Amino acid sequence: MTETAAILPKAAAEEARRPAWLRRLRYLEPSNLLWILLVAALLFLVAVPIGKLLIVSFEQQGTGAFTLSNYATAYGRARYLEALANSLMLGALSSLLSVIFAVPMAWAVSRTDMPGKGFTWAIVMGAFIMPPYLGAVGWILLAGPNSGFLNQAWTWLTGLQAPLVNVYTFFGLALVIALHSFPLIFIFVKSALDLVSSEMEDAANILGAGTSTAMRKITLPLVWPAILGGIIVVFLETVALFGTPAIIGIPARINVVTTQLWQFFEYPVRVEVAAAYAMPLLLITVGMITVQKLLLARKGFVSQTGKGGERRPIKLGRWRWAVLGYCGFVGALAVVMPLMVLLQASFAKAWGRGLAWSNLTFENYAYLLFRHEMALTSIWNTLWFSAAAATAAVCIAVLVAYIVARKLVPFGSALAFLAMAPFVIPGIVMAIGFYAAYAAPPIALYGTALIIILAFTARFLPIAFANSAAAVRAVHPEMEEAARILGGGRLRTIARITAPLIIRSLIGGWLIVFIVASRELSAAVFLVGPRTRTMAVLLYDLSEAGNFEVLAAFGGLLLALTLILVAIGMKLAGRDFMLRRN
Amino acid sequence: MPRLTLKGLSKSYGPVKVVDNVDLTLQEGEFVCLLGPSGCGKTTTLRMIAGFVEPTEGSISMDGEVFSAPGAVLPPERRRMSMIFQSYAIWPNMTVAENVAFGLKLQKLSSADVRDRVAQILKVVQMSHLADRYPAELSGGQQQRVALARAIVVKPAVLLLDEPLSNLDANLREEMRFEIRRLHDEFRITTVYVTHDQSEAMATADRIAVMNAGRIEQVDAPHLIYARPRTRFVAAFIGRTNLLAGHVANGEIGLDGFALPTAQLGEAVPDSARPILLSVRPQSMALHRSRPQAHDGRPVLSAVVAQRTYLGESWDYVVHPQQSGLQLRVTAPPLQVHEVGEAVWLEIDPQQIAVVA
Repeated sequence: MTETAAILPKAAAEEARRPAWLRRLRYLEPSNLLWILLVAALLFLVAVPIGKLLIVSFEQQGTGAFTLSNYATAYGRARYLEALANSLMLGALSSLLSVIFAVPMAWAVSRTDMPGKGFTWAIVMGAFIMPPYLGAVGWILLAGPNSGFLNQAWTWLTGLQAPLVNVYTFFGLALVIALHSFPLIFIFVKSALDLVSSEMEDAANILGAGTSTAMRKITLPLVWPAILGGIIVVFLETVALFGTPAIIGIPARINVVTTQLWQFFEYPVRVEVAAAYAMPLLLITVGMITVQKLLLARKGFVSQTGKGGERRPIKLGRWRWAVLGYCGFVGALAVVMPLMVLLQASFAKAWGRGLAWSNLTFENYAYLLFRHEMALTSIWNTLWFSAAAATAAVCIAVLVAYIVARKLVPFGSALAFLAMAPFVIPGIVMAIGFYAAYAAPPIALYGTALIIILAFTARFLPIAFANSAAAVRAVHPEMEEAARILGGGRLRTIARITAPLIIRSLIGGWLIVFIVASRELSAAVFLVGPRTRTMAVLLYDLSEAGNFEVLAAFGGLLLALTLILVAIGMKLAGRDFMLRRN
Repeated sequence: MPRLTLKGLSKSYGPVKVVDNVDLTLQEGEFVCLLGPSGCGKTTTLRMIAGFVEPTEGSISMDGEVFSAPGAVLPPERRRMSMIFQSYAIWPNMTVAENVAFGLKLQKLSSADVRDRVAQILKVVQMSHLADRYPAELSGGQQQRVALARAIVVKPAVLLLDEPLSNLDANLREEMRFEIRRLHDEFRITTVYVTHDQSEAMATADRIAVMNAGRIEQVDAPHLIYARPRTRFVAAFIGRTNLLAGHVANGEIGLDGFALPTAQLGEAVPDSARPILLSVRPQSMALHRSRPQAHDGRPVLSAVVAQRTYLGESWDYVVHPQQSGLQLRVTAPPLQVHEVGEAVWLEIDPQQIAVVA
């Protein structure tokens, strides 16, 4: 102790003699500057639109004075309240149907010796990448009350005139939504099942439980949080979905929250009322995501750590063909049948005339590609809006992820929170927020490409962030420290070590954002101007026009584009790059 | 001038003081181990030396120049040090040769020089034949050799090792232990080595600094750390021992049931009345069936075997001296078999007893 006391003055003297650069160093950390820039960007993208949405909902149109009349208008009519109830019921029914589709498939792929697992994967992947509104169009062609293929086949078989199925019903709407939502539950449940050791089931078997008892009493309860998590996600997706309810629901006179919001945006635009009407959507999402987090955080289910214990497929015997048949049935409903009728219609002079050489034409495609005034523009818009949004989102995300993971600044977690916040904001709410905040002067972005790109960036930032954070986490900090101690500065270390190690994951993340942005409808439909229509919006316009052959052809183009991108993604980032559970 | 000096070095995270007033000096070419249980602050100390962690108090200087002080930390890349990490941190996107060449390229050596020195060091660590492999294709031991080569090839002023062998299996660990010492004998790089494994520290270090709860308890040559522990923690942490509390009075150390003349101990005990703590290693005692000739007046006590464990290389007996509440661990050769409950004679070698406090 006395020795330390003796050297203290000397240390102080050394402090004074220390070279100037060494003393200045603490003030010159460039990451602090970056932090400020990122906070500004995130506030602009996330906080301001949502804040503005809240404020606007209490403002008088034109004057901006405080009022509660928007809420009174939004919830003052039975029709509006009914839409709210419809949304909730639709969400519940869709999630239920999704569970029925997804859980047996996930169990079969993960735990059994069912043949054709690759085929089942392809079905799930197909249902996942097919834009939901395209599936909706397909199902109109299949199950339209009079001319739908299924009903025509029914009439031909039985001679009965009454339609077999009708897509323009509440159940039809829920079914079509579920057919494109079930992959979410599949992914959740399969990854949970993959972690359940066979020994869990063996332990039940040895005590006298048969295969089905073990499954009901042990396996399913173990993955129950995953199922519930999936249900919540599908419920929220459904409630926030615009395309399918607009294409099927509006002709069927089924009003839901999103289509009602769309009506508030018809001329004269009543953005204040829309903002007030969007609040339940926001609250439900925030609330349910919180519930999901709490559920999944419960300790009782940590037994699925996946450690130890081999995993043996359950022998299904003859039943394996029945299970495969079920997977094929779901695949037919979700992918094969809608896709076939869409393709047929896209090459048909009149889709109702069915498959015949005389009915074959390339005219629909030719019309879109060479004569339609907006089609090519919308393809070009889609490509570059999505590319710009994906680039911006991944850049912001990777910077935030890096800063947070390496703890470069205090309160880095605030950045992560902002970057993840849009996860709980439905796309349609986000779009109204952007409209409220940036459409009007002084910023006056309405009808520009920029407002769409910004909205896409904000909307898909959480995807990019989750992806980037996983990529950065996978690089052990010691990888960087090893370069630092050998003489590499921070920037050189990032360029030579970190960047090469994460670049593949980032490309995967970029492609995911690009793909989901290229088919995004709900955020775009509120923000596009006459010259900034995207393919998804144009497809919706075409569906309102009712020319199903041209519509199908345009859907074919969108699907072709998506498939090319997915193929590139699989090549660059691995087969499962879109289906990984973040 | 010492190569590396740590003065009053402390690091706190909030109210928790992880490193507490550490003083340590390394001469050029010296190999010092920081040894302690996990959470004792040894890795934090090492990372402060490397410049990854800023101290909250004290300073680190190399060759007289202050490298680290609160608020002013020379970044790691300017310290002319190198480090071997627990995870090896071999970059998976580069071949073995590229990994090793990385530091040399940063020093702006000509490519011919880089090639020569990489070839040379890979030969030293016996990895020449794997120069073009990627890390994923290497075993753990081979990755460890790459990490060693990468760290040594730049001829650092100080080499830092952070538990480098903890991820290897037992045999390989022993082999790499000698490899590290061999490389040190060949290059004489000033080295700080962090480990929680005492045999690793014993085999490699010139001096061992035993750390506990953020503080250095004792710095000494390995054999002195073992034979002459200075604190209760060091005595108990290094090897196995019997800690006996006694009282010094009138030229004798009074223990429970018997007494030792202070003159018999291997070190001087000031003859003032006070409590004392002794460390008696199990090897410094012997068991006999009949009363042995007490040569040099060594204390001999009659005792009863209370418990025994056969360890292969030796027997581990717990005996209970009569008229005493003590339980003593005694090591005996494999063929010296006593039954539990048997009466034995216990002979103590006072020369090997260490005065701990």
